[in-house]
Amino acid sequence: MKPKDSKSTPVQRAYRERVSTFRRAVPVGRNSLRSFFAGGGVCLLGQVIQGLWMRLLHMDPETASNPTVATLVVLSVLATGLGVYDRFGQWAGAGSAVPVTGFANSMASAAMEHRSEGWVLGTASQMFKLAGPVIAFGVTAAFVVSLVKALWAIWAS
Amino acid sequence: MPRAGHQSYVFDTPVGIRTTGVVGGIKEAEGPLAEHFDRLHSDMSMGQKTWEKAERLLLKEAMDLAIRKAELQKEDIPLYIGGDLMNQLTTTSFSARTLGSMYLGIYSACGTTVQGLLLAAMLVELGAVERAMTGAVSHTYAAEKLYRFPNEYGAQKPPYAQRTVTGAGVALVEPGFWPRVEAATIGRVVDTGLKDPFDMGSAEAPAAVATITAHLRDLDRSLEDYDLVLTGDLASVGLAFAKQMLREQGHRETDRVEDCGVLLYRADQGVFAGGSGAGCSAVVMYGYAVNQLRRGRYRRVLLCGTGALHSPLSVKQGDSIPGICHAVSLVADSA
Repeated sequence: MKPKDSKSTPVQRAYRERVSTFRRAVPVGRNSLRSFFAGGGVCLLGQVIQGLWMRLLHMDPETASNPTVATLVVLSVLATGLGVYDRFGQWAGAGSAVPVTGFANSMASAAMEHRSEGWVLGTASQMFKLAGPVIAFGVTAAFVVSLVKALWAIWAS
Repeated sequence: MPRAGHQSYVFDTPVGIRTTGVVGGIKEAEGPLAEHFDRLHSDMSMGQKTWEKAERLLLKEAMDLAIRKAELQKEDIPLYIGGDLMNQLTTTSFSARTLGSMYLGIYSACGTTVQGLLLAAMLVELGAVERAMTGAVSHTYAAEKLYRFPNEYGAQKPPYAQRTVTGAGVALVEPGFWPRVEAATIGRVVDTGLKDPFDMGSAEAPAAVATITAHLRDLDRSLEDYDLVLTGDLASVGLAFAKQMLREQGHRETDRVEDCGVLLYRADQGVFAGGSGAGCSAVVMYGYAVNQLRRGRYRRVLLCGTGALHSPLSVKQGDSIPGICHAVSLVADSA
């Protein structure tokens, strides 16, 4: 993330460049590889679970997807509660954040952390602290996309 | 006590550290400085219901240890000066509640330890109080919750991040004891426009260099006059940066500059660039540095309490991180 530079003086900018030479670089290559395999691994696990539900409950792939997501969410919340998901997150980076398990972790971790402030003002209000933006921007994006789709349908007919 | 130069004070009457109380957590117990703690916890919640309460317990234990080692009662402590990283200094205020002494809450973020020592020594030398207790505390989970993300959230930290120290350090300051507070320098706020809250060491490094050079200039000394110059929590990134800046200003003996955040942990403990937090300088300065002065390994040590004066709010609003550094020179003699 590049800092907003409009208000920095040239001295401050030079300084920032100098500081970056002392920092150990973020291992982008290693992080990307890990997140690729970790994220892929989570998806593979999801595929296995979906297959399991299809076989056990005789569902078609579409109806099996809901219980699949629910299973992944439960697993992620369990891992969060047992205190291992944050370690997985440090290792896997985006690979743990992007799948549905990351969303569940963001809600469960916030809910746990703020439990001491009460059920209403703590757990219930704070559990959306990290997940809130995902919902807000997700809904906005979905609205815009569906609007474009609807307008396209009108224009095409 | 007249001002020496622009920012420094030289103590006329001998005021020193009588006893210390140093308490730490799990990572601190696994680190190389474990022997310098009076008590180490193997449970991060310390039997308390919240991280915040655990932090209060750490400070209370450190206070009790310092008082007990001096064979005093808490009624014998007329004044406590200290701080922490929590909002509105609740940890220190709530712990001071049980003390019943006069209380001054102070904040210099991670540099609070040295600010407290400096003020306590000054007030004792002034004769305002016959002795004073001072200290600082932090708890990694409480700080993580307040400043960053929920502890169990799986966010990835960059390799130059720092880990907040779980620990408290308290010192009892009294005339006639040693190591003696010989001189002090009050820092200025230095803001170089850095904005990354993960890299507090780099934001603090210019403040540390400004205070160290001001101290040396005011007292007409050089780095060679100190056996150890101990910065608070620059960690490996900020320490390397500070050393380079010191060399550029003509101070060559930078191998005697060390950092509490680097000394406290081994590199393989998963602490990224090193420790930080109000407790970082408190446990290393009152544990390791005071012990080494007492054992005769060092004769004169410059404690440089570095602090990053940002808040979660100021970071979100795009402000830069101002740094501060206060310095206190300790010598291993009583007069």
